[in-house]
Amino acid sequence: MSLLSVRDLTVKFGSRTGPVTALNGISFDLARGERLGIVGESGAGKSITGFALMNLLSKPGYIDGGQILFEGEDVAQMSPRDVRAMRGDRMAMIFQDPMVTLNPVLTIGQQMIETLKAHRKLSTQEARQIALVKLKEVYIPSPQDRLDQYPHELSGGMRQRIIIAMALLLDPKLIIADEPTTALDVTIQADIMALLLEMCQSNQVGLILITHDLGVVSQVTERTMVMYAGRIIESGPTRSIINDPQHPYTQGLINALPQQTPPGQRLKQIPGTMPTLATMPKGCPFHTRCALVGEGCMTHVPSINQFGSSFVACHEVHRLQNEVPAEDVS
Amino acid sequence: MIAYLIKRVFQAIAVMLVISLIGFAIQGNLGDPLRELLGQSVSEQVRQQLRDELGLNDPFLVQYMRFLGNAIQGDLGTSYFFKEPALEVILKKLPATLELVFGATVIIIGLSIPLGVFTAIRPNAVFSRLILALSIVGLSIPVFLTAILMIFAFSVELGWMPSFGRGEVVHVFGYWQTNFATKDGWVHIIMPSIALSSIMLPMFIRLIRAEMIEVLQSEYVRYAQAKGIAPWRIYFVHALKNTLLPVITVGGVQIGTMVAYTILTETVFSWPGMGSMFLEAVNRVDTPLIVAYLIVVGFIFVVTNTIVDLIYGLVNPTIKLGRMGA
Repeated sequence: MSLLSVRDLTVKFGSRTGPVTALNGISFDLARGERLGIVGESGAGKSITGFALMNLLSKPGYIDGGQILFEGEDVAQMSPRDVRAMRGDRMAMIFQDPMVTLNPVLTIGQQMIETLKAHRKLSTQEARQIALVKLKEVYIPSPQDRLDQYPHELSGGMRQRIIIAMALLLDPKLIIADEPTTALDVTIQADIMALLLEMCQSNQVGLILITHDLGVVSQVTERTMVMYAGRIIESGPTRSIINDPQHPYTQGLINALPQQTPPGQRLKQIPGTMPTLATMPKGCPFHTRCALVGEGCMTHVPSINQFGSSFVACHEVHRLQNEVPAEDVS
Repeated sequence: MIAYLIKRVFQAIAVMLVISLIGFAIQGNLGDPLRELLGQSVSEQVRQQLRDELGLNDPFLVQYMRFLGNAIQGDLGTSYFFKEPALEVILKKLPATLELVFGATVIIIGLSIPLGVFTAIRPNAVFSRLILALSIVGLSIPVFLTAILMIFAFSVELGWMPSFGRGEVVHVFGYWQTNFATKDGWVHIIMPSIALSSIMLPMFIRLIRAEMIEVLQSEYVRYAQAKGIAPWRIYFVHALKNTLLPVITVGGVQIGTMVAYTILTETVFSWPGMGSMFLEAVNRVDTPLIVAYLIVVGFIFVVTNTIVDLIYGLVNPTIKLGRMGA
């Protein structure tokens, strides 16, 4: 049995003109200890997917249909009490910006201890000991002192390390990391990513890494899902996605990487912008920007089918066969 | 901490100097002290002589420095009407006013936090809508009207509550007589306290509600939810503490303002505090008493603000008082 099995997950947002669809029938599986990357531009639905898995969508968003089977239980159908028992315990989340994630008026120790006490019957002393062990695991210098410090006394990188330690506190089965390095200094990004990878590997924790950084995905994940306008348009082993992208959008993403362009030349960007939820075109959501657009693309949403080692949602994917695959960037 | 304290004390002194200057400037322009002292049947020569003796012909700055020198020694002039030192007259009235302000503050703190939090957590509940509607009503009706309406309803029509005075008070020490020692005293302070809080309470409910709603949308609240923390703990530990930080700053200023609001409440309820005393002093053109009142109220204002700033520094961990010395 896989750890996580998402089937036809649909998320909508209520608006004055009626609900708009933010996630459109997302389906994927995650094995125990597997690391999955979700990539795409801003607004593609990556973060919404992450929050939906936690059943933590903020209003006016809501799960409109589909299943989120986590260890056999449907998160979408759980009672609020059960969801709360799951969050932070079996499924933990790492947020984007460590500068605003921690509560400014509570010490690091208080915020770690409350998490432990919310899920286990522990004394404050016992909880403090566990927190200390976890801080040591993520290589925090003088962890004893850190427990009594407030978030503002620590750097962004240090805070994200602490947040990783907090995610690991109760030995979760799955960690959802929503752009965990986007808000950090470039020099620290690699450290944090390496730490996250190490922690997931040594503790056999599944990871869903939400990012728009293809380089990070290629370092950390085994499988990758590319999202566009609330749909999965390509998924497969990270290696094939990076080295042999099938969907024209994925190819566009890979070609837009600075490494693909000689110095001094303009980067090859994908023309146009992603449609918003309100201006979603008929047919394939990408057809307005696609060079290969054919008859069917304007009228029918492509289904996702296996193509080589990947799954691709594109009517014209067979025509891509003759195109030269992008060069290896990993 | 000590450096910060010293800095704050210097700021307070600067503010007090400005207040005293304004107060003194008023004194020089409000009526003629000789008319109050001598009446009309005294010759111009005697007047001039007394003028010289009292130093009223000296340059403004000389007079101000003399006024300041006396003020530092606790001499704020002598009330024309009471023929007593003005400061002493005020200090006798001060406890009544402070107890009234205390009563109103207890009502405000005791009600605004639970009501503000509730209306933020359950914005669509009928009770929340009712509270918010009532708060608009409370904000819109002037204090003196609220007070008169309460007297009409509870004293005149129903006869439940006394309509004036402090009732039976018990002597504590010095000039201090307290309402809180007898049942009669308690009964007398209830309506004036409610009247005095009638503007501030709705304001604080709305302030706390607005802050709380904002805090509840912050990332750290969502993160606390993602950690599986119980809702009550998110509301009252994670959110409330962050909500109250800005409220403390505003609240401190408002407590000072409330001392000034007592003028209306005390007058309507014939409360023998310094607010009603001030209004009487204005009617009698008792200039030294008016000026002394301004200075004492200014002093209370400055002291409460300084205390509130210190409390804020203690509550908010991102402010380290020790490092704010420079």
